Formats: sequence, C-alpha cells, structure tokens
Amino acid sequence: MSGNWLLPAETTSSGRPVLQPAEVESSLQPSVDLVNEENPNLPIFKSGLLILTTYRLLWLPNPESTTSAPTSTAVAVPLAAITHIFQSKKSIKGMFASPRVRFQVSVTPDGKVQERGSKSIVITLVFRGKSDPDSFVVKLNEAWRGRAWVGAVSASGAGQSSTPAVLGDSGGSSSSNTGLALKMPVVGVSGILRKEQEMWESTDKSLQDAFQDLNALMTKAKDMVILAEKMRQKLLSSSNSQSNSTNDEETASKEEMQEWMLSVGIVSPVTKESAGALYHQELSRQLADFVKTPLERAGGIMNLIDIYCLFNRARGTELISPDDLLRACSLWDKFNVPVMLKKFESGVMVIQNKSHSDEEVFSRIRSLVQKPDAMKTGISATDAARTLGIAPAMAKEHLLAAESKGFLCRDVSPDGFRFYINIFQDIDPNDVYLVKEYGVYDAWNRAAIASR
Amino acid sequence: MQTLGEHKLPHFFNYPPYFTLQPVRETREKQIQVWKELILDYCRTQKVFIIGLEQDFPLFSNPAIERSLNHEAREAFLSALVLDGRAEWMDKSHRQCLILWHRIKDWADIILRFVNENGLEDSVMTIEEIRSGIESRGTDIHGMDRTVLMRALKLLENKGKLAIFKGTSTDDEGVKFSV
Repeated sequence: MSGNWLLPAETTSSGRPVLQPAEVESSLQPSVDLVNEENPNLPIFKSGLLILTTYRLLWLPNPESTTSAPTSTAVAVPLAAITHIFQSKKSIKGMFASPRVRFQVSVTPDGKVQERGSKSIVITLVFRGKSDPDSFVVKLNEAWRGRAWVGAVSASGAGQSSTPAVLGDSGGSSSSNTGLALKMPVVGVSGILRKEQEMWESTDKSLQDAFQDLNALMTKAKDMVILAEKMRQKLLSSSNSQSNSTNDEETASKEEMQEWMLSVGIVSPVTKESAGALYHQELSRQLADFVKTPLERAGGIMNLIDIYCLFNRARGTELISPDDLLRACSLWDKFNVPVMLKKFESGVMVIQNKSHSDEEVFSRIRSLVQKPDAMKTGISATDAARTLGIAPAMAKEHLLAAESKGFLCRDVSPDGFRFYINIFQDIDPNDVYLVKEYGVYDAWNRAAIASR
Repeated sequence: MQTLGEHKLPHFFNYPPYFTLQPVRETREKQIQVWKELILDYCRTQKVFIIGLEQDFPLFSNPAIERSLNHEAREAFLSALVLDGRAEWMDKSHRQCLILWHRIKDWADIILRFVNENGLEDSVMTIEEIRSGIESRGTDIHGMDRTVLMRALKLLENKGKLAIFKGTSTDDEGVKFSV
C-alpha cells in the first residue's frame, strides 16, 4: 500500500502548491514528517515542507532531497476531515525529542482520508527543523475552527451559477440591509436608480471599512476578491447582452476593467509571517509561477521594475521590497524554473524566459535595419519595440547590444537617438570615394540614392 | 555625388551616424580613420591650413541631412590627426588646429623642387614673394600658410640649403638660397 490514503495535491512546475480559489496559506514549516499512527507499515512522509492553508494541510516533498518529480508525491489532508486536534503534552521526555503535533482525522473503512468517514485515525506531525510548533498549533486550530472551506463551497457555487443568481444575491444583501428602513416599492426608472444607488452605497461602505486599517483589510480580503469576481461577472454579462448597442469604446473600457479585475489577485501571497525562514525560497517559486503570463504577453522578456509593480499589485496588501524581489529572482538558479534573471551591461535587469534567446532577437534586428526605409532613416528604440513586440526600454538594450557587437551605429541628433546599420567597415580608408559593388555600404548607398 | 564648393564629397557624407562620435571602440577607430582622410583631402584641395573648432567649418556639417559634428567629435578627429603628426594644436585650449596636409619635411622638399625648377639656386627672395609671387603660382606653395612656410624654411636653413635674414619688418624678411 502506498501513500494514496491521503489526497493528492497539485503543485506548479516550480514546486508551489496549486491553491483553490480563495484558499489562503497561513503557515509554512520546513522538515516535517507526516506519520500514520494506526498503521506504521505505511510509508512515512519524511522531512518535507508542511503548508497550512485555510482549507488544507499540504505536505510537499523536500525538493533538494528527492530526485523524482515533486508533483508525484505531494499530498493533502483537508481540514474538513479533521475531527480532533490533541493538545501537546509537555514532559521532560518531550524536551529532547523533536516536537510533535497529533490530530485525528476521519477515514473511509479502507483507510482513506475523507470528510465524514466512518472510522478515524491519528496522524502525527514531527517537526525536525528549527520551527515553532506551538504557534503552528495555534494557527492550525484557528484555521480548523475558521471553517473557511464551508463558505468557499457556496461561493464557488455562486460563481459557477448563472449571472442572474449573482445579481440576485447582491440584490438580496442590499434588501436585507434596508430591512429595518421603510421599504419603498421598486417601481419604474426611479426604483431601478434607487436600487442601483443602494448597491453602490453598500459597495462603498465595504470599501471604506476595508481601508479602516490593514488588519480590517486582511479580514475583508476574501470579500474583496468575491466582490471583484462579481463585478467581473457583471461586466461580462452586460457586454454579452448589450453587444449590439454598445460602441467600441465602451467595450474597450470594459475589457480594461476586466483585466484589472483579473490582476487583482494572488489570493494567498507568500508572506514573511507565514513562511518564516523559507520566505525567499517560497517567494521565489511563487514569483516564477506568476511571471509566466505577463512574460508571454511581453514577448518573453520584461524589465525587473515592471515585474515588481505587477507582482505587488497582484499581492495587494502584502507588499514586498525591491530587495526581496531581487533575492527571490536570484534564487531561481537553484530551482528548476523556466525563467531567469539577466543583467545587461548597462545595469538594467530583466526577467526572461529561458527559451528566449538573444540570438533570435539579434537576427530580427538584423532583418529590421536592412529594410530600405530603415537603411535610409535608421530605427529608434520605439520602432524596434513595435516590431519585436517588446518594451521600448528592452528594445533599446538589445539595440545597444547589437551596437557593441559592431553591427549598428548610432545617430544622435535633435531628432532623437537612432540606429543605423554599420557601414564603416565597408569604407576603404585609402580611397574614401570608392564604393565597392557589394556589401552593406553599397546597399545603404542604393537605398539613400533611391530616396533622393 | 554631392560637392562642397569645388570639393567632391564621398557618399557616406550623407550617412547620419558619420556625424555622431561612435562609442564602440572598433567602430570609432574606423570612423576616425575615415574622418582623418576626408579632412586632409579637403584641406589639400581647398588649401585650408587652419581649422577653428568654434568657427563654422564647411566639412563639419551637412545641411542636406541636418547633421553636424559636436565639439567633442571635432576635437577627437583633429586630435587623431595631431597624433599622426598631420596636425598641430595652435594653443593649449585646442581652439585652433594647424593642418599639415604636407608634413613639414615634405613642404621643404617641395620648396627645393620649386627652387630648382625656377633656377633660383643662388637668388634672394622675400617670404612674401615665395607665397604670392608669379613663380609659385600653380604650385602648392602659392598662398601657403606663413607659419608652415617659415617652419619649412627653418628646416632647410638647418640643413644649410638657405639663409634666412631678418629685415626691418616682417614684410622684408627674406631668404638666400644656396642649393
């Protein structure tokens, strides 16, 4: 019998757990063993990373100690299946052994962990690292009693159901708010307007409450994400139903709004509080997962500053410092992630896909500057950015790299900073009037004469 | 082909980067080399001896493409000529540059040839006669810079080919050839 008495847990390619919607990590503990006490014959999950979320207990194998793919052995215990958490007993003996935390879970008759199972077993966690099991137990209790998963099931249900249900839901909440007030009949345009007004007021209130202080915001974080999701749904539905009547501008602004909504959220940011000593490592993995989408959109390469802004915007309240970001990026060398940090000669730092090759960009620049128009007027960083589909700052770095290889020449004038194909190598210093009938000088000359 | 006065210009005179000092070493070396050739060639055909860095010098700008050399670039190209011995700064602040499109010893040879061709081996001439007299017309000596001429004559004097004598004013400074 193998480890399939526990539920499998999905992980990303960089070894971060895949969390469910609105699931939040609350504690990370390194080097933890997970032992089934009832049946010692079962394989012990040895010295892995234990992650406590608001929904589950996740156990991930230590990436340094295993050679197999980490996805194959990551397991989870749903908090819903936990029936009892034992208080840890303080004893003299316990002072020398590794600290242990024991809890009871319900299982199916054949020993699989399941919510509302008929039998129950005891699982022991052994903390081998330098960690603080007491605070972990507190957090485990908090999460277990918080029963966040109960709300989640209904929330996801509402998200999946049709849009009118969502609207009805918000309408219901507003009517319950005004339950004590004199109820006005909802009639005609003014009724709709009033209803709209009420809805905005309640939204406004929850926004204001959220910004009272950061703690309040954290408790409201889940509501905010739900709110954002609702607004997205509403936007989607209205753009569908009114697609005929709305003009392009409105559709564009709605799409923009949707983008913002989508970028609202990493629901469970890795924080110093939850990850402790593992902070930079976990941050690094989370970052690697996060940058994939923006990188793809930006053509495989992005400025570190842009990533910093995007990442912090996605994190919402748990902002990281530039220093933390840099450390997280420099840890990528140690993990098997598809992205890398690169430093240009000018000092500009970028994040790029490992598959992204400078050679390819170089050859694209080569073909760009050899077009007749570019021969004649040169190319600016903006032109290159447009053609290559990358940010102008990045394009400039690539152009400067091509220049330092002697392939391009610069032209600095009141018109701006432009690059031309380098023809100096084809000019004969002994006879400056000679134009050989081949090579770039000749090609440039033809382009220049043709334009005159 | 574009011209500047009577001087023919090479095609790359319309190449905008030609007027920006290139930062990459290899490219810059090539650029400087090409500029040196063009400056000497232009000065030779136009009989220009002095380039003032702060004055308009026709070669240093191209109105057709609206580009001109900045001060740094001008100084870089002229300094390269100075290093080659084909030019000299006339002041410490590098405001004026004397262009030696013939080196001083080449000038001395040209003067000797001029003396031989005109049968002046034992005659006396004033400096002004050499620079603007009938005999020198049509040669490189005609209209040459006084400073450059004096230095070429001094070189010949040291070799014993002539004697310079001072008059009451610079106008009647003269030489006696004894080739």
